[in-house]
Parts: sequence; structure tokens; C-alpha cells
Amino acid sequence: MTERIDVSIEHRHAPPEDGGRPHPNTCPGCGSHYRDDELDEHLRVCTHCGYHFAVHARDRIRQLVDEDSFAEEAAELRSDDPLGFFDLRPYTERLAEAELSTGLGEAMVIGRAAIEELPCQLAVMEFSFMGGSMGRIVGEKFTRACESAAERGVPLVSVTASGGARMQEGILSLMQLPKTVCAVEDLHDSGGTLISVMAHPTTAGVLASFASLGDVLVAEPGALLSFTGPRVVQQTTREKLPDDFGLAEANYRHGHVDAIVPRPELRPTLARLLRLFANGR
Amino acid sequence: MAGEAELRLRAQLSRLRSVPLLRGAKLSGELERLQRQLDRIVAEPSDEEIWKSVELARHPDRPYTLDYVERLLEDWFELHGDRTYGDDAAIVTGLGRFRGRTIVLVGNQKGRDVKERTSRNFGMAHPEGYAKANRAMELADRHGFPILSLVDIPGAYPGVSAEQHGQGGAIARSQALMARLRVPIVTCVIGEGGSGGAIATALADRVLMQANAIYTVISPEGCAAILWRDAGEARKAAAAFKPDAAHCLELGVIDAIVPEPDGGAHADPVESARLLGDALAESLELLEGSSGEELRRQRRVRFRTMGEVPVTR
Repeated sequence: MTERIDVSIEHRHAPPEDGGRPHPNTCPGCGSHYRDDELDEHLRVCTHCGYHFAVHARDRIRQLVDEDSFAEEAAELRSDDPLGFFDLRPYTERLAEAELSTGLGEAMVIGRAAIEELPCQLAVMEFSFMGGSMGRIVGEKFTRACESAAERGVPLVSVTASGGARMQEGILSLMQLPKTVCAVEDLHDSGGTLISVMAHPTTAGVLASFASLGDVLVAEPGALLSFTGPRVVQQTTREKLPDDFGLAEANYRHGHVDAIVPRPELRPTLARLLRLFANGR
Repeated sequence: MAGEAELRLRAQLSRLRSVPLLRGAKLSGELERLQRQLDRIVAEPSDEEIWKSVELARHPDRPYTLDYVERLLEDWFELHGDRTYGDDAAIVTGLGRFRGRTIVLVGNQKGRDVKERTSRNFGMAHPEGYAKANRAMELADRHGFPILSLVDIPGAYPGVSAEQHGQGGAIARSQALMARLRVPIVTCVIGEGGSGGAIATALADRVLMQANAIYTVISPEGCAAILWRDAGEARKAAAAFKPDAAHCLELGVIDAIVPEPDGGAHADPVESARLLGDALAESLELLEGSSGEELRRQRRVRFRTMGEVPVTR
């Protein structure tokens, strides 16, 4: 028992550093430090201060859906390089690197699943894949998720984490905004439902398209939900920013989201919503 | 790239040529238009030409929405206010008569002098502006008036109050509304088509661009600041993401390029207005005869299939 307490004290107060940057398992909120298994056990939420660590798409799916209920769709889709885009490095190199480091083909995973035995379609974004940016494949995958949901007559649950449109695909990435918007409209016309869960960060092009069009909008605590990020707003306007600028809590106060749901309550909340939209069917 | 676009246009041309004359004269107009585009696209713009477009699109003397309203519309009646909170002067909306028919116009408006620039917030809209635009578009839908939307916005306003009033959601809902409308919608980018702020009023049946307009996912400076870590590399960024009209046409994002007088639209605003008017009228004619349901379905198909990735790579 004593040993256990020592370990936890050691973790809380002696976060290892990685070249001056805090370790990814060190809580930015309170400095507590966790082992991977500790974080996973608590759905990657700091047990000390409630800070929500980022969740990879595959882990998110595991957290939300019934065991073994997830069947991925369109996993084979990969982006190409429509513009031959080259900044400091070629876009194709960035894509290959992102795939290697995340093990995912793109910044969104879609598929069919069940939550508390209620069938649904999932579209979950991966922020570590090029900042969760939306290019043509993310737009296509989201659209297919809408179509699949409509076809099967089940609600679509999206979980977003994105810096916005993918600049490397130029104007074609901007066109993913109207594309995903049209997909949501088609889903709604078919009588379908979109439940949008906005995780940190849901910004720019994703906030300005499908993520904001859910029948219900749910945010994670502390998530940044802003069209323009705080740094750019500060630089452009020289305005003094409120402390909680763009955060889920500010969005809730201003009436832009229906609820802020802490991660441990997300699965039961989604189940409740799925039951409500199923309306006894 | 130019080769592919050329092939696609040629395929489109031959397909059109083989269609029995369903729409008679209109179709031959379309043929001519495609041929003109083909001629233009064969010569792909250089990096210098792309940057020239960026400069011309932002030229302080470039005609703005209200300059075209004055020259193209009769009986103009401006509609003010979003009926909830305010009246965003960065977006103008109104009713007018365009070549014999009543239309609703929605357009971004920059200011000409310092005072007007400030009052119109340099053309950068707040959520209130999109709410006003949506009110005007709903009015058009109710009465069956076609919608003309002129896009000229550096970007939606990046400010504290804009965020507090829900900028992202406003842009999303504006697009969603346009995806539902049952009236013809024609958009022309007449200057800067800046990202989300532009697409908010550009989910249209026909999308045109003036020859020196630009259509961008992010400003060249913004892109350079992020990817090159130096806003001064804007030229490089522009050359990389190709925001000019010829490339947008080639990528299938727009339907046609509206020519400008030599030297750019500001060199001869009267002629610019005539050329824009002709292009808008031609587009409206192409859409006439389609039912509201068809328009809406086709509009969604257009964006569903835009820029689709080849199946194999």
C-alpha cells in the first residue's frame, strides 16, 4: 500500500521532460504524471484535475462502442496529391509519415458500430494525422458515413478533432466544406440523425461545416471550438482575449453547443440520445 | 495537370456535341464557352501570373459588389439587418431587377475609402452578415427569385465577438441553407474568395470566377506563416496552392471564367460589369427550366462529386 502511494506521489510531482517540453503523459492542467495504462484506465482523463488528454481515433472507438461491434468501412482510401504540393517538404512525404506514425490511412475512421446495443454509424477523426485536417479523403469518408447511415436507417455519431481544411490540397480542401454539408443535408432528408461530438480541437473548416450541423452538439470539457484560433485572433485584432476564448465552456455559455459532457459520461450520453432518436423503434 | 484538364474538357465537349439538341441554342452557347475555356487552359499560368492575380484580386480600385449593382440592376432595394442582432455592412443583400427578372443579390462589400473600409470591416463578415444573407436567400426561395451571389472577402472576420456569436456555426448553417434552396443560385468570385467566409455564400448551381479573382482555402500569407513559418513567403504559398481562376477551372471547382478588360477589372469598370452581366445571364439561362427539386438535387451532386479522388493510386 505504502509503495503504491509513493509511486503516485512520484508521478504527480516529478514529470519527466523531453528536451524542455513536458512529457505527453504529464497533465498540462496540474502537472500530474501518469503511466500509459493509468491514463487508459481513466479514459485519458486526469483523475486529479479533470483535464481531458487527446484520444486517438482507435482508442476513442474502443471507449465508446460495444466490444467487437465496430466494423470499419472505406479503410482502403488514401489521399493523392492533386496539386503536386511542395512547401518545405512534399505533401506525399507528409502523408506517408502520418500513416506510419498513426497506423491510419487518413485523419478519419468510419464504420458501423453499436453503443449499448443500439446500432449506429461512426465517423471519428484523428488529430495526430496531419492535425486532423480535412482533405478530399476525409470529406469522402464523412460523406460515405452519412450515406451508410441513411441506407441502414441508423444515426451517425461524429467525433471531431481537427485544425481545419488541409492546405496542401488547396481549393479542393475548401470544397470539402460544401461536400460534407450536402452529405448532412441528404442524411437529414432521409430522416437520419447526426450527433456531433466535438473534441479538442474542432476548429476552422470542420467547425464551419458538418461538425456544427448535428441535430445535437456535444462538446468535451476544455475543447477549443473556434473558427479562428486564439493566436490569429490576437494577432489580427490586438483585442484582449477572454481567458476561456473559444473553449467549449464559452461556446456553451453563448449558446453554440447543447451540452458539455465529460468523457466518462460520453458513452451513456450517446446511448441515451440514440434511444431518443430511435423513438422506440 | 493541364493535360488532364484538357482531356476532361475535350471529353465534355465531345459529349455535348453528341447530345441531341435538347436545349437548342443554349447548348451551342455552352459549346462555344467550353471551346473558349479549352483554349485558355492549354496555357497554364506561371507562378508570376498567379501572383499577379492575387494582386489584381486585391487591387484597391477593383470594382466591388455595389459597383456592379449600380451597373447591372434596376430598381435596387437594399435589405438591411439580420432581424436578430445587427446589420453587418460587410455583406450587402437586396432585391433588384436583372435583365428583366427580379433577383435577390447577396454580396461581400469592401470599403472604398478609410471611413467606409472601417464601417464595412474591410469586407470581413461577422455571423450577423451570414444571418442577413440567409434571411435574404430565404426570401428568394419563398418567392421563386433566383439568387446572384458575388464573393469578395479576404476571410470571415477573426475577432472575439465574431467567435462569441458563432462564426463557425454561421458559416456551416449558411451552406446548409443553400443546399436546401429550390431556386437557381449563381455565384461569381469577383475578387478574393477567402476560405470559409467565401464558401458560406458560394454553394451554388453555377460558380464563376472573374479572370483575375482568386479562390483560396487560406490566404497566401496565412499558408506561408504555417507551412513556411514565414508570412513573407506568400508568393511561394500562392504558387503552391494555385488560387487562380485557370487552376480552379482545371480542378473542376468553377464552371467558367468571366473575362476582364485588359489590365484587370478596375481598368474599365463599365466593360467589366457588361462582361459579368453577360456571364451571369448566361448561367441563369442554363438553369431555367429545371424544377426546384432538380436544382437542389443537382447542386448537391455537384459538390458530392467535386474533386473526387481517382480510385487507384
